[in-house]
Amino acid sequence: MISLILIFISALFFVGIITKVKAKIAARKMPSVFQPVYDVLRLLKKASIYSPTTSIIFRIAPLIYLSTVLMATLFIPIGTNKAILSFEGDFVFFAYLLAIGKFMMIIAAMDTGSGFEGMGANREALYSMLVEPAFFILAGSVALFTDNISFNDLFLNLHIDSNLSYIIGIAAIYVLIYIAMVENSRMPVDDPKTHLELTMVHEVMVLDNSGFDLALIHIATWLKFSIYGSLITNFIINATWTWYWQIIYFLGIQAIFAIIIGGLEAFRARNKMEKNPQWIIMLSAISVVVFLTALIITQKIILN
Amino acid sequence: MLRIKNSQSVDINKIKILKYPEFFDIVLQLLSDKQRHCTSYFAYKKHTDLHFIMAIADDKEHDIILLSHLLKADEKQELASLTKQILALHIFEREIHENFGIEFKNHPWQKPVRFAHNRANTKMQINDYPFYSIKSEELHEVGVGPIHAGIIEPGHFRFICNGENVLHLEIQLGWQHRGVEQLFINKKNNLQRSLLSENIAGDTVIGHSLAFVRNIEALSDVSVPEQLEIERSLALELERIAIHTGDIGALCVDAAYHLGANVFGILRTGIINFTQAWCGNRFGKSLIRPAGSYLPFTEELKTELLSVLTKFEKQFEEMADLTYRLPSIQNRFDYVGTVTQKQAELLGTVGLSARMSGIERDVRVSHPNIAFQKFPIESICVKKGDVFARFLLKKKEIRKSIAWIRNVLANYNFDIQNSKSPQYNLQLKPNSFAISLNEAWRGEVCHCAITDSSGNLLHYKIKDPSMHNWKALELSLRNVEISDFPINNKSYNLSYCGNDL
Repeated sequence: MISLILIFISALFFVGIITKVKAKIAARKMPSVFQPVYDVLRLLKKASIYSPTTSIIFRIAPLIYLSTVLMATLFIPIGTNKAILSFEGDFVFFAYLLAIGKFMMIIAAMDTGSGFEGMGANREALYSMLVEPAFFILAGSVALFTDNISFNDLFLNLHIDSNLSYIIGIAAIYVLIYIAMVENSRMPVDDPKTHLELTMVHEVMVLDNSGFDLALIHIATWLKFSIYGSLITNFIINATWTWYWQIIYFLGIQAIFAIIIGGLEAFRARNKMEKNPQWIIMLSAISVVVFLTALIITQKIILN
Repeated sequence: MLRIKNSQSVDINKIKILKYPEFFDIVLQLLSDKQRHCTSYFAYKKHTDLHFIMAIADDKEHDIILLSHLLKADEKQELASLTKQILALHIFEREIHENFGIEFKNHPWQKPVRFAHNRANTKMQINDYPFYSIKSEELHEVGVGPIHAGIIEPGHFRFICNGENVLHLEIQLGWQHRGVEQLFINKKNNLQRSLLSENIAGDTVIGHSLAFVRNIEALSDVSVPEQLEIERSLALELERIAIHTGDIGALCVDAAYHLGANVFGILRTGIINFTQAWCGNRFGKSLIRPAGSYLPFTEELKTELLSVLTKFEKQFEEMADLTYRLPSIQNRFDYVGTVTQKQAELLGTVGLSARMSGIERDVRVSHPNIAFQKFPIESICVKKGDVFARFLLKKKEIRKSIAWIRNVLANYNFDIQNSKSPQYNLQLKPNSFAISLNEAWRGEVCHCAITDSSGNLLHYKIKDPSMHNWKALELSLRNVEISDFPINNKSYNLSYCGNDL
């Protein structure tokens, strides 16, 4: 239960911190960290507008999207704070829960019949497809390394303390940061700030969503960031630490994660669209490094 | 063949009226030389007949060749198209076709240009525009506009795509229906006309108003003091610096490099604020007036400009160093939207869009006015013709303009005693033709004016550089991803209202 509450708390700040960092670097006046929260509160009060060309799918998609993400958070432990739900192989369930939400958003975008949204939807589908192997190779390798296949046990038994396991830790964190960026449609794959529909990926898919529905989508995005941040935290937190250190570390790491994302976005331009697939496949390649390292550590491959 | 210098007037009857076949051959022969290009080709009603005038700029001889032919009202309203041989003329023939209903035989692309209110065929509405299309199961069309997402100006873009790749882009303009050229004739006061010329394109205030006042001065034989011309050229270069800096920032926005976007935005403000300190308007409105100026450039302004430039230069160089070397920016802009030198020559691009693919075409060099004669400037070319080339060229031109301004400020003393007040009631010479070319930041602006037997304006013709260059944008998009359209569009930054006169 503690982990769930922690994830919710950090979700509230996450996007605010990213915006603040980007504004600071770009020498602009900074909005409050709570600005995204105010925006969502304002949106929640508004009614949604539906185009007459859309069907029931468009109306239920944001709700399903948010509920899948909410459900996915139930599987995330933080250090020794157990997740609410856990079973063997739950990371596969976790990944496809997120995929269902995304699938709903994609077909909802197609449902509007807009040329732009169809374009965004097929880009998002492509990138999600390409990023999937990276996550599974990574999760699989860590499962192999710890000999456990549920998030709870996996992270409890994850001890990054020997030379080779540092490779796993660093590579896994790197991959997770960028998976989070791809999943949340951030730079360098997508630019959430752009006003150009032709270059949008995620933003263009939710162009027709408004009011309450849009607020749900925003909340889901925060939660997703927070979920990935928690996964990263679990690679760093050691289960032997006392509970309050774990919480302090969790919040600190979440903040650093947000700052890193802000920095990554501020100091570079986005990718050319046609180079995105290549770039995403690179994440899978790094996951393979984790996999090989895990094989070596568990002595499935013997190096002479 | 009649040859005149830039910003000169000539008796209209001195332009020999050729038979069309003869005209046709001469034009083909003249334009086969790459050093010459057509700057304006238009028709106007002379009594009941149509008088066609073509102005060809000769960069080698530094003058403008004038040719003309006449189509009588009782003749068949049909001419052989020159576009077949010289693609660059397509836009002029389209314009004449739209305005007067002349059929150009074998014109490959005889489509409306701007749907002016006084067009020949008013039955043809803007919704009937004949778009090019390809019938195929695999292809799809994406229509963008005419309402612009960034709320700039209206234009409709029709992409034919194969997945993410663009096979063909067609740009349909003409949503503004302003009737600017007609207004020039309707307004009798030169102050009103001056104001009009400032508003032909809001981002090329100095460029267009300069071309206008030079025409008026040429038509009324006023001698313009050297100091005034130098002041005007200073304003022109300041406009170039400001807009190019803004464009670099805007390209950074489109590449999602917000650090660069903000810094270049701030830098641009420094320059336009100086223009405001000089004339009260950030875009230089009210600065350029016929035969004089109420806002002379003073020694105090000189000191201020020098300090503004020093501050600008330091920060600009620092930020440009960072931006232009950034791998992700290079990765985003390199090899995107290439227009080869051959394509650019065929299209007859001008200004920045010509120089980005290695064509040296710069009015400041080939047809300089007094200021650029006294303080010459070299034009800069880059070769690659892609977005990065345009991005780079903007930076280089900014540097060049700053160097030129510094040169002028160091070697010229501005004396307030030499400045005259503007004259709005100038008497124009009857039956005259005047042409004025001016290198605005986007490229060559060309204004032509014709007076009738009593010295009133009979016809006023405006050509914005965008008229030539829109086609280059269409070509840039061939076999490019549709998501690269915004950076291509921004790197050209062509004028919608320059087309929709």
